[in-house]
Formats: sequence, structure tokens, C-alpha cells
Amino acid sequence: MLFLLQDGITNGAIYALLGLALVLVFAVTRVILIPQGEFVTYGALTYATLSSGQVPGTARLAVAMGVVAFGLDLFAGRRSLHPSRVGRAFVVNIVLPAAILALTYSLAGRQNPILLNIALSLSIVAAIGLFLYRIAFQPIAHASVLVLLIVSVGCHLALQGFGLVFFGAEGQRGPALSNAVFTVDPLRFTGQSIAVYTITLALIAGLGLFFNLTLYGKALRATAVNRLGARLVGIRTALSGQIAFLLAAIIGATSGILIVPITTLYYDTGFLIGLKGFVAAIIGGLVSYPLTALAALLVGGVEAFSSFYASNFKEVIVFTLIIPVLLLRSLAAPAVEEEKD
Amino acid sequence: MAKPLPIIVFALAMAAIPFVPGMPPFWIVLLDNIGLSALVAMGLVLLTGVGGLTSFGQAAFCGFGAYTTAVLTTTYGLSPWLTLPLALLVSGLAAVALGLVTVRLSGHYLPLGTIAWGLGLFYLFSKLEFLGRNDGISGIPPFSIGSFRMIDPGAIYFAIWFAVLLCALLTMNLLDSRTGRAIRALRRGHVAAEAFGIQTPRAKLLVFIYAAVLAGLSGWLYAHFQRAANPTPFGAQAGIEYLFIAVVGGAGYVWGGVLGAAIVVVLKEILQSYLPYLFHGEGQLETIVFGILLVVLLQLAPTGVWPWLTARLPLKPARKRPDTSLALPPRAKAPTGTGVLLQIDHALKRFGGVIAVNDVSFEVRCREIVALIGPNGAGKSTTFNLITGVLAATGGTIAVLGKRIDNAAPQEVAKLGIARTFQHVKLVPDMTVLENVAIGAHLRGHAGALASMFRLDRSDEARLLAEAARQIERVGLGGQIDALAGSLSLGQQRIVEIARALCLDPTLLLLDEPAAGLRHMEKRQLAQLLRELRDGGMSVLLVEHDMGFVMDLADRIVVLDFGTRIAEGSPQAIKTNPDVIRAYLGAVT
Repeated sequence: MLFLLQDGITNGAIYALLGLALVLVFAVTRVILIPQGEFVTYGALTYATLSSGQVPGTARLAVAMGVVAFGLDLFAGRRSLHPSRVGRAFVVNIVLPAAILALTYSLAGRQNPILLNIALSLSIVAAIGLFLYRIAFQPIAHASVLVLLIVSVGCHLALQGFGLVFFGAEGQRGPALSNAVFTVDPLRFTGQSIAVYTITLALIAGLGLFFNLTLYGKALRATAVNRLGARLVGIRTALSGQIAFLLAAIIGATSGILIVPITTLYYDTGFLIGLKGFVAAIIGGLVSYPLTALAALLVGGVEAFSSFYASNFKEVIVFTLIIPVLLLRSLAAPAVEEEKD
Repeated sequence: MAKPLPIIVFALAMAAIPFVPGMPPFWIVLLDNIGLSALVAMGLVLLTGVGGLTSFGQAAFCGFGAYTTAVLTTTYGLSPWLTLPLALLVSGLAAVALGLVTVRLSGHYLPLGTIAWGLGLFYLFSKLEFLGRNDGISGIPPFSIGSFRMIDPGAIYFAIWFAVLLCALLTMNLLDSRTGRAIRALRRGHVAAEAFGIQTPRAKLLVFIYAAVLAGLSGWLYAHFQRAANPTPFGAQAGIEYLFIAVVGGAGYVWGGVLGAAIVVVLKEILQSYLPYLFHGEGQLETIVFGILLVVLLQLAPTGVWPWLTARLPLKPARKRPDTSLALPPRAKAPTGTGVLLQIDHALKRFGGVIAVNDVSFEVRCREIVALIGPNGAGKSTTFNLITGVLAATGGTIAVLGKRIDNAAPQEVAKLGIARTFQHVKLVPDMTVLENVAIGAHLRGHAGALASMFRLDRSDEARLLAEAARQIERVGLGGQIDALAGSLSLGQQRIVEIARALCLDPTLLLLDEPAAGLRHMEKRQLAQLLRELRDGGMSVLLVEHDMGFVMDLADRIVVLDFGTRIAEGSPQAIKTNPDVIRAYLGAVT
């Protein structure tokens, strides 16, 4: 019993992180971020590849996407090409990913410290997240939620395809952050699971601080509440969107790095993990962060128990779980007149 | 709406394709697949593009159709034709069960809910023993007519495309009808539709079931085309794919679904067969290119390819003028006489700690124009919402001709002959003025969805449209009858709302700031119209800020301030009332 609970909490913590990222992105950009799962696999498998001393394809992808993003920046700003603006775009879109790529090449073939590999993986995936928003979503930021969603699916397909090209169909595991094991009867704690808990909590706390104390965080919240209003007071909503995607990518990659020592990840595993984070986000109503975190623990728990008692119907149980919740939430928050499209 | 000629040409062209000499059989298979996807996408067009209910779960309904016929034909040896009604019935019943839950979900919960049961059903299909688990069911018999067995893709082609064309026609007929207008109004929110008696949950459930039955039909055809059924084509990926077929084609257009299916199916086929040659078989490149193309396509044409295409064709839809000689029988009214029509007694509305309407009482008598005035935030529109059942009162009673309506649904209030306009215009911008106004006559028509699909509603429909055209003439917008409502000026849109309200044949007309945005002459015409209506036996309750307009027109004025009634009387008395002056201009002391 208890070990099931423990398992559920470990998984739930990961789902909580992903759920938070989904809520964040949706609130700011109205994009339902299906590629969140790809951020997870990219983070995990980039880390695993780096650990085995090779150059991950994602580093090259980041450079390629940066070049496209730079082209879009130039095209969008073609009427007012100030050198300072072009320079800034050049640094963010070209220099940054190129520097990361150069670093991965120089480090390849050696045994590097785990923390360096982690930092490198995070920055690669973060760059991909940033450019993804710039390329795919920024040009149609005002389209309907449905169109944004379909574009999101398109991104998911493309990124998943790239994942197969970069990492192959074989599953991979990465080295654990810590190999410590200790037992508190009857439970057995690994250093990795402790790391999952602490990093999840730290990220949640960090996000809380970011949103409540920093100017950028407040700008993001303002964008989430009212895009037009935010623009009128001088918040660049495109920047808010980029930050949201950047954060989502970092969160996704972190969760990937946290679980890749525990379970073998394949290029397409991320989708299902992302979906479960999604279930949590839905239960949280795509608006509330604490509720999402709680719901994620619930999803993790239900999954652990149902995979033990009725493993065949594990997914059925997890996904039908949310329908009554959705119904309750719809009844609790009766339909407000929607003036959309 | 449905122009017969292009459809006949299209049908003949499709029928001729298999007879083109040298037509590769592979193309026919491709067309079969396009037709199967188009059927599902068509349902999604109605559900998502027109009705505004995004569903990821349509593939699951294909599964219901396919598995029903698979089980019945293999295990019980039924003829494939016999299983058609059963397959449709099973998908329909599944849609009723899921729909009852799903359509109650609001906002973004709805699409998320469909993902949830879509995934759940997929896993269920792949785990159930009698559905063959992951392997599915094989050896499904082909269609046969006499001894002719439709094994060849060129034979089942006719069955598939007959179904596509038939369903396209039925769907277009449905959209171009009383029920269709109700469905098309759904996407813009409930309040306006319900104010004219449309049962929005029922309309939503209807499109949900309709889309599911189309998907079930596609699944039934699929099972006999593949002669096997396994869970993969009914999973979440497929559900998402159907949705982007509809979006790429143009989510609001029936033919957009067909075009989208053609684009997506052909694109995938090309990518799968040619990319490996270009890149020497490096795996999965087609998903990458497909994903990127999808993103690019939607960035170029965010509303879909079909509207993008039709905007570039010189086809202008020729609209038939409704025959205004047809009369719509007047609504059965309770005898009014000269007594009190609307009685509001100690009405109270609280929003949390805010009291928006505080103990307000007044009445509207028959054949009377009453104006409700007061500074911003006085509770005027809230009072309107209490009367029309949009909001439930916290306390007090509201009665029409002695019948209490304080907790009635908006539809019930509409049935009593109370029609309204809105402070913030609530028209469907992509419907014409005529169609918008005809929504007002919804309660005066009777044709249902099935009758509309088979065009048995035409005399009912013609009378509704005639009535709508008459009311449009009456308010002086005859020149704009075929314009899209969203293209009119705000003032004109308010007038359209009045015409829509008149279509209900109301005894009491509630107008929320009707004169806002009108020019001087238009205001005078409006006042003239309202006087005529009163003299014809109608009562009018209006909220208005234009004092000249109100003082000139109203028989009696009720003044609200901070949710409380502070004065009531003739325009002359109100003009000199010190409380009213204080409320508008501030205290002197």
C-alpha cells in the first residue's frame, strides 16, 4: 500500500510540474501546449546523450530554429531595422544557440560532471521552447484557440519526428542525480526520488516568487488576465509569450531529466506523460496553480493504484477520472457569456 | 444555400472518376480514404465550426460504428446492410450518453472532456476481450448486392461517395433551416438564443449526436472497406487528425470538411511515398514535414482553405428574396385588456456583497411605453435580466399578467411574449440580417431537425423568413437584408435586434439602450415606430440614456439609482423631481 502511494507521489510530482507549465502557457498565450511532452523527452534524452559523451541532435535543432526565428524577426521588423534591434535579435537567435552547440561539441567524448550536462540540456531545450513560440505561434497570436491548438498539434508531430531522428527508436536511461538509498521501514527512498520531491517543490516555490515579486512575472499575469489591456499599458505580449514558452520548456526538460534515471524513455514517451500532466491541469481548471499541483498528486496516486490492481485498465481509469471532475467544475462555475473568436 | 448545379456537377465528376481509363487503383483507394475522413470531418464542421463545440473524440464514434458491424457480422453472421441501422444506433446512443455529460461542460472544459473520454474509449476498445483486444476483429465480410461482392476498392467507392454526397446535402439542408439557425447561434453564446426560446442544451446535444452518427457511418463503411477493425484508427491521434482536417479545410463550411480531408489525406500519402526517396529512407521524416506544413498552412490561411478559396472565386451566392405574401399566424396571446401587464414587486438581486437591484417595484400596463432611467450602474440592465430570466432574482416576485415568472427559464419567458434587445449587441456576425432576425421567430415555427434535413420544412420555413423580411422592412433595413450582421454599423445592429424581437410577436418589448449609436433622424424614426407598436397593442419597457428621446416618447418613467427606485412618474414630473436631479447632477448641499 504505502509503496504504491510513494510511487504515486513521485509520478504525481512530475505531473504537477507539467500541469503547472501547461496552465502557465495556456493562461498567457491561449495555446494548449501539446508539445510539452516533447520538452520532457528532449530534456531527458539530451541529458542521456550528453552523459554518454555524444552530441545530441537537439543542439543542432536549436541552431536551425534560431536561424528561422532570426529570419522571422528580420522580416517582421523590416520597416524599422535599427542596428541595436537587429543586434539583439542576432545575439538571442544566432549567437546563443551557436555558443551552446560549440560548447556541446567541445565537451563531447569526455566524462563531464552531471550538473554541467544538466545545465547544457536545460539551455538547449529552453532555446527550442523560445524559438518554437517565435516561429509557430507569435505570427498567429490572435487566432482562435482552436487554430492555435491545431498548430500546437502540428508542432508536436514535427518535434516528435525530430525526436526519432535524433535519438532513435531505442529507449534510453540517464545517470541518477544521486545514488544514495536509505530505508525508513517499510519504505525505501532513493536519492533520485528525494531529488524529484525537492526540485518540484523548489520549482513551484520559484514560480510563485517569480509571479508575485518580479516585474516580468507580473507582466505575464497581466497578459493572462487581459491581453489587450496588457498591451495598452505597454507590456509586450509577444515577449510574455516567449517567456511563458521558455519557462514551460525549462520545466518540461527538468521533469524529463528527473525521471530518465527512474524509467526508460523513448522518443514518444513524452506525449503520454504530458497528457497526464494535462489531466491534472484540466482538473485545476487551467487557471489555478495550487489546485493543479494537488490534482497531479491525485492523478499519480490513481495511476499507481490502478496499475497495481487493474493494470489493463490503468489508462481508462486515469482518463475517465476527469469527466466527473470536469462536470463538477462546469456546474460550480456556471457558463459565463463567452464573446470569443 | 445549397445550390444544386455545382453539387450535381461534382457528383457526376466523382461518379465518372472510376471509369476514367487508366485510373490507377491506388488513387481510388486514396479517394475512398478521403471520403471516409470527409464524413467524420463533416460532423465536426457542424459540431465544432458551426456549433462551437470542439471535440477530439470523433474517432471513438467511428470505433462504435466499426466494432458494432464487426461483431455482428463475424460473431452473429448478420448481413452488413442489416448492421447499418444498428451501427448508427449504437454510435447515436453512445453520443447521447457521452453528450449528456459533455454538452454541460462549459468553455475549455468541453474539448478537454472529449480528449478524456476519447482516450478512455480507445483503451477500452483495445482491452475488451470480445472486441479482440489490440488485434481487433478481422474477416469482416464485404458489402454484397446479390452475388456481387464489393471487395474491390472501386466498388465500395460508390458506397462511400454516395454517403458523402448524401450527408453533405442533408447537412447543408439542416444548416439552412430553423434548427440550423439555432445551431449557428450557439457559438456566440447562449443568452441571445435562449431569449428567443431556443433550448441551447438540446441544440448542442443534437449536433453532438448528429456528428457522432456521421462518424459511426464512416466507421461502418471503414470496417467493410478494410474488412477488419482494430483500435488504432479510433484513438486520440485519429481524433486529433479529424479535427485538423476540419480546421485546415475551414471549420465552418461543409465542403471545407471534404476539401480538408482531401488535402490532409493526399498530403500524408505524398509525404509517405516520396520523402523516403528524397532522403534515402531516414525514418519518420513525413511526420516532421507534415507537422511543419500544417503550421505553415494555418499561418497562411487561419480560417481554413475553403473560405480562402471561395473568396477568390467569382461566385456570389444568389439569394432568394423571401415571398412576403406568406403570412405567419400570430402567436396565441393571453387576452390583455388594459390592466397590468408586468408587475415587479420588491425585486432583489445580490451579487456576493453587492446589491445590484434593491427592493425595486414598478409595473408596466398594457399599451404603455415605460422608460427605466438612471445613472450608470443603477441596476437597469440587471432588472432586464431578472425579467427575462437570464438571472435568478434573490428575492421578490415578477409576474406577467398575474403569472409569476421570477424563476422561469429565459425560454419560458419568451413563450409568454416577452422579447428583448441587448445593451451589448448579441447578433451572429457571420449570419445575414435575415437569418439573424428569423431567430426571433424561432418559437413560431415547428419544423424539427429531421424535417429540415429532408426539406419537409419548406412551407414552415418560407413563412418564418417572410415574417422576418416583413419586420426588417418595418424597421427600415430592407436594403441590408442580405448583408452579414457583423458588417453593419452598431446603430443598425441595434435596429436589427429590434426587428428580431418583433419577430417573436411580443406583447412586451424590452429595449436596452435602443437609441445609442443612432443619428437624429434614425432616433425620430425609432420613436415613431415604438409609438405605432404601442398603438397596435404592444407595451414597451426601455432603458435609455438619451433624455430628449425618453422624455419625448415615454408615457411613464421609473428612475433607479444604486439599485433603488428613487422616483416614478410622468416625464414632466421626473424632470423637476429633486431626487432625480440630485442623482444625475450630484447633491447641492
